[in-house]
Amino acid sequence: MDAIQKQILMEVAGLESVPHGAYNIRTNGQSTARSVTANIDIVSKADGSGIDVIIKPGTVGESVHIPVILSEAGLKEVVYNDFHIGEGCDVVIIAGCGIHNCGTQDSEHDGIHRFFVAPNARVKYVEKHVGAGDGAGKRILNPVTEVHMAEGSAMEMEMVQIKGVDSTNRVTTADLAAGASLVVRERLMTHGDQVAISSYVVDLNGDGASTDVVSRSVARDRSYQKFDSKITGNAACTGHTECDAIIMDDAHILAIPQLEAQNIDAALIHEAAIGKIAGEQIIKLMTLGLTEAEAEEQIISGFLK
Amino acid sequence: MLEIRNLSFAVPGEAAEKEIIHDISLTIGKGKFVVITGPNGGGKSTLAKLIAGIEKPTSGQILLGGEDITGKSITERAHLGVSYAFQQPVKFKGIRVIDLLRIASRKKMSVGDACAYLSEVGLCARDYIDREVNGSLSGGELKRIEIATVLARGTVLSVFDEPEAGIDLWSFKSLIEVFERMRKANSDRTILVISHQERILNIADEIIVLGAGSIIGHGSREEILPTLLGTSAAINACGQLTKGGDQ
Repeated sequence: MDAIQKQILMEVAGLESVPHGAYNIRTNGQSTARSVTANIDIVSKADGSGIDVIIKPGTVGESVHIPVILSEAGLKEVVYNDFHIGEGCDVVIIAGCGIHNCGTQDSEHDGIHRFFVAPNARVKYVEKHVGAGDGAGKRILNPVTEVHMAEGSAMEMEMVQIKGVDSTNRVTTADLAAGASLVVRERLMTHGDQVAISSYVVDLNGDGASTDVVSRSVARDRSYQKFDSKITGNAACTGHTECDAIIMDDAHILAIPQLEAQNIDAALIHEAAIGKIAGEQIIKLMTLGLTEAEAEEQIISGFLK
Repeated sequence: MLEIRNLSFAVPGEAAEKEIIHDISLTIGKGKFVVITGPNGGGKSTLAKLIAGIEKPTSGQILLGGEDITGKSITERAHLGVSYAFQQPVKFKGIRVIDLLRIASRKKMSVGDACAYLSEVGLCARDYIDREVNGSLSGGELKRIEIATVLARGTVLSVFDEPEAGIDLWSFKSLIEVFERMRKANSDRTILVISHQERILNIADEIIVLGAGSIIGHGSREEILPTLLGTSAAINACGQLTKGGDQ
């Protein structure tokens, strides 16, 4: 692994070297390192299109890292990864993709992740996207995440894309059985002429199912963001979705929270707020000795924390 | 320490400019505890904002330690030693109490040090240090955190705009003790407080009475306080107190 690839690995997965536990590192279209444990198996799909991660029932306290690194310009790939999380598990899955593009051709990674979460399993899923490199070629990421949650399961998804990705179209769908719970925390910052579209469709199909889909984003320069989140309540369930965005410069933000209730006991809430940084926040931090630019950075980094 | 020369401040009005501060001149010595009082709309908060650099005067000068700071920005004044506690504290999404105290102190403050400042304003530090400075905190809690940020700065001039307003369960006595400890810790520190509260007026070295943008009175507490009792300024102030403060 070269210095650029190591740097990307650090940014997307917080890893300085190979991680403990199970992992699969994909570099420039190839699986370059893999480790499995007694409880977590990683198997390449027969057609080479991706991997299956199989976690045995009752696995507790283990983690799986599946970072993807693209450092060659002009590489385009579609990868299908399936995660089978056994009954009663409590595990952490850390994905993430970093593209370093110094060339003139576009680089693109489209990861299609499917999660099959068995009854009473708990999963924390962390996905970070970063782009780097000063080439004219675009860095493109189009992740598709599909989540199927059985009775009593719980999943927490943390999706972060802070810099360097020129174009992203994220589609996340989830269906939840009785008593299942899905929490999504999305953090997004776009700048330059970047475009980021993020869609969520969550179907609450069983009594006691719940979801909380929250996005915090900052759009700078001439960038465009679209946040489209739809929760459907088909049972006695609770759902909340929120989009909180800071708009700067000449950016453009579209927030479309949607709720659909098909059951009288479905309790659904949406909130959306778009606004610039409040002048009084900057003034307060300036009275503490920060410059206007430092105050702005502090406010944004806090907001996206 | 702080000198104000012929300071005026006007805002655009419907027909003509409206003057909020009218040709004010005053001098406040090093280490003094000075309270500015007077009726609502008299220009007290505007004067505090002019000192902190949040508003720019129409004319006149402000000098700090002999240096003309009239043209200096809020940030530059902060570095020169001006602190300012807002009447209505600002909320932030994602910025924690400890973050704000660290920014205020300009150093990598330890959790222990941050806790000391919070304890000073009567907050149980352990419960607050990692809280976000947002709407989940009550008005009184935000106000006390606001005061703690000024304590953490430890500057030569601290300006408090109605520190007693909204101080819920925490008593005035505790607030006065904070001011007394500030003075004891550094006798060179000048404290300027805008207040209607008689108990704060009672610990002042000097009192300035501001009305309709002009100084109506300026002198020692012994001189000014008796003149306030029974005057319209005092009645106005007492009226505010019964309503729980002027916000």
